[in-house]
Amino acid sequence: MTTQSTVTTNNAPVSRKGIEAARARQAIWFLLPTLIAIALVAGYPLYRTIYYSLFEANLTNPDQAKFVGLHNFWFTTEDGIGIGFLQDPKWWQSVQNTLLFTVVSVFLETVFGMIIALVVNSNFKGRAFMRTAMLIPWAIPTVVSAQMWTYMYNDSFGLIGRGVLGGRALLADSGSAIWAMIAVDVWKTTSFMALLILAGLQSLPSDMYEAADMDGASKWTQFWRMTLPLLRPALLVALVFRSLDALRVFDIMYVMLGANNAATTSMTGYARLALIDNQLLGSGSAVAVAIFVIIMAIVVAYVTAFRVKFD
Amino acid sequence: MLAKRNPTLFYLQRIGFYVLVILIAFYLLFPFLWAVLTSFRRGGDLFLVPSKFILAPSTISNYVTVFNNPQFQHAFLLSLIVAAGSVALSLLIGTLAAYALGRFRFKGKSMILYIILAVSVFPQIAVLGGLYTVVQASGTYNNPVALIFSYLIFTIPFTVWVLTSFVRDIPGELEEASLVDGATPLQTLFRVLFPVMMPALVTTGLLAFINCWNEYLFALTFTSSNRTIPPVIANFSGASQFDQPWGPIMAASIVVTVPLIALVLIFQRNIVSGLTAGAVKG
Repeated sequence: MTTQSTVTTNNAPVSRKGIEAARARQAIWFLLPTLIAIALVAGYPLYRTIYYSLFEANLTNPDQAKFVGLHNFWFTTEDGIGIGFLQDPKWWQSVQNTLLFTVVSVFLETVFGMIIALVVNSNFKGRAFMRTAMLIPWAIPTVVSAQMWTYMYNDSFGLIGRGVLGGRALLADSGSAIWAMIAVDVWKTTSFMALLILAGLQSLPSDMYEAADMDGASKWTQFWRMTLPLLRPALLVALVFRSLDALRVFDIMYVMLGANNAATTSMTGYARLALIDNQLLGSGSAVAVAIFVIIMAIVVAYVTAFRVKFD
Repeated sequence: MLAKRNPTLFYLQRIGFYVLVILIAFYLLFPFLWAVLTSFRRGGDLFLVPSKFILAPSTISNYVTVFNNPQFQHAFLLSLIVAAGSVALSLLIGTLAAYALGRFRFKGKSMILYIILAVSVFPQIAVLGGLYTVVQASGTYNNPVALIFSYLIFTIPFTVWVLTSFVRDIPGELEEASLVDGATPLQTLFRVLFPVMMPALVTTGLLAFINCWNEYLFALTFTSSNRTIPPVIANFSGASQFDQPWGPIMAASIVVTVPLIALVLIFQRNIVSGLTAGAVKG
């Protein structure tokens, strides 16, 4: 103890820099486990996926891979058969469905989430109960909610399938199935949106609203002129994360529609069918790379267009 | 303003508001309550019209079936092991990183923060093929260890991000006092900061646990007989594909959901703050 403090006093002029340098060296050691973990579970597997996307390879023996360049993406055989996944109409159908799913469900979640957050933020009897109720759909595992809704959609005894729709098999028809998926996702994740918006609402200064009340501004004007602009930063970050979640949706489709129909309803479902069910490591990896590029492009677009700040 | 002068309008507004509240509560809770009700009905009663279905006799036989199902017991235990293992590992590693990122100044810090953030928006499918070959090569296919490690892809970025913002808020004096007393940074972290961080660790751990408990894609892909809860619930089937045992499926669903709901309700406040730290800030 004594020696240490003496050392520090003796080196007083250089100590600050010395301490900083020592701290910087220590920081590396603290970060090392995290960096190694990220490299092992994200970096290296991503590299492998990109690598295999350029090979013709099978999942059962990945070592016997044959370099084919970009053929997994686009290649027409001499007989005029397109074998690249970009030439597969099912892929484009899955892209179209995923985009529709993302845009509609995120839009509805934001609107419903906003309504629920505004209601829970106001003062009324039963507010505590509503705050609790709000958390329930979010706490239910996705696979469980997918099963609950499959049951309700059942055309011979489901509450919605038989009761509301009079025995129409909602999930059997790809045109209506996507809307059924949207309904499930909106139900499950509106709570999450509402929670984030509510947290944003509670950080708004209340004296501003008192002043607006004094000036005679209606609640409607207050919402559009004050609440919404002030909520913008929180809302944007929530939107980015919800959109990204929706773009990589998998569980709902796979559980409710099965592997084959999930492949035309979500990009992730399409990739998994190629990669795991059909064992096509090369082709499936190419699809995975495409999804990765799409999602990263959307992140960059979002962040630059709205100047989202993360810290 | 107008409403205060006109009592009829005031009451109409109040009634309208409560109608909205009831509609929202119904929308949020009904599907779950319907599943609970179904879990207490006999298989043959499923075909009754709703009014008779609600009043049909209750039974706990679906729950007996579920608890006696060895596959379900196995899955429940495995889910606990996988989620707890992954959370413990990511909290341990994540705390070290969060301490360095929240307290130390060094070159490349924002770069590391951005890498961690980028990993949290990673589509899991982008690493599925690569990870599968790694899992196979390491001989951990169908082994819970494969899931414990692969779940780090979402638990690590989340824990590091949330804990870093928490570490920043801890007053620096605490740590300086300990450093002046001659403690090493590692001692300072575990003896001084760790106790202060307990609430944050519990919250982050809980949220990460919920994510692991729900994970489906990796669990489905990296295991065959050693399955966790989500793939087992998804494939809970009867004699044929067209004979789904909905009573037991709903009972199993309720059994795996109730502990989560209980945890979420107990830690309500912490969860909201954890989610906003994790989601709003990144």
